[in-house]
Amino acid sequence: MRTSLTNTPTRYGWAMIVLHWLIGVIFIGQFVLGFVMMRIESQRTAFELIQLHKSFGFLLLGLIILRIAWRLGNVAPALPASVGTLERRTAPLAHFALYAFQIALPLSGWALVSVSTLEIPTMPFNLFVMPGLPLAESDAAESFWSAAHWYLAYAGIALVALHIAAALRHHFLLRDSVLTRMITPSSGGE
Amino acid sequence: MNARILGLAAFAACLAVPAVAAVALSDAAGSYTISPSGSSIRFTIGKAGGGGFDGAFGRFKGTIRIDNSDVSRSKVDLTIYPESVGTGQGRIDAFLRSDAVFDAANNPEIQFRSTSVTRTGDTTAVVTGRLTARGKTFPEKFTAELGGLKSGTIKFHVTGKVLRSRYGMDVGTPLYSNVVDFDMTLTGRRG
Repeated sequence: MRTSLTNTPTRYGWAMIVLHWLIGVIFIGQFVLGFVMMRIESQRTAFELIQLHKSFGFLLLGLIILRIAWRLGNVAPALPASVGTLERRTAPLAHFALYAFQIALPLSGWALVSVSTLEIPTMPFNLFVMPGLPLAESDAAESFWSAAHWYLAYAGIALVALHIAAALRHHFLLRDSVLTRMITPSSGGE
Repeated sequence: MNARILGLAAFAACLAVPAVAAVALSDAAGSYTISPSGSSIRFTIGKAGGGGFDGAFGRFKGTIRIDNSDVSRSKVDLTIYPESVGTGQGRIDAFLRSDAVFDAANNPEIQFRSTSVTRTGDTTAVVTGRLTARGKTFPEKFTAELGGLKSGTIKFHVTGKVLRSRYGMDVGTPLYSNVVDFDMTLTGRRG
């Protein structure tokens, strides 16, 4: 059995599967890191965690751009025939919202560090200096993007929770292939 | 005969240069108290991607003692209160005062005690000493240039580079350089 890099009309290829889980794990890690770094007492640890959060944020942004490009250049596997009309209509909306958040969250974080009057440089994983977005620095802009990043994060958590609940429902209640096909790649034999 | 004249001329030439400095020096000899007015202790730390951030210490005290007979026996003592750090950005000041950098609550003083002064020119000298910050002491070197001397007031321009990592203040490297560039103006008043 030969696994396929690309999607087929019924299954995901392994590129999509690897990107999905990699982004999923980093995204959840970023939520946790974000909460911890804002609450930790040690200012030194907080500073270092914030730099790490920025590094993973840029890694996510790169992976997400790659994922969207891959998704647009690939056939999207159809939902199993057993999926009902309501879900058939709402699932694409939920997925579109998930993609929108994956782009909006890192961008809002990038905007936040770009407008911050602290002017802390950004060096993803200490590898290179990432320039700021061309936005004017001010305390007001920093408060705005800080709030935007928070609200987007909360909304993102809600969406991810919904996404996980839906996947578990498909697997344990509906007993269809929606979850397993995001784990096992499409094979050449199909 | 010719050799003797040449020898004398060379001797006279050697005397002439130090003679001017010696007069200025004996004028300068004495003890001075560093006066906050007319003095400043500024620093710059370079940032990745260009630029840097500047700060200053608002409160410090110290003495300068210039030895009459032997410049190398002159002494400089300087105490800086890191609580008084100012960068123009309150959040950065709070960060610098916190245990991330100065830990000013537990280490209220940064001290410099000179161990030797080496004259490098008419108005310049290298001051070597021991710098203590956050409980760690290392030898450091600063360059001092005499900026003015009049009616019991002496002014030095002091520059030097200090590696902050040695004092447990390496937070933020390599975003922010490990090298702290000091630029101080120290005005001492006799007595």
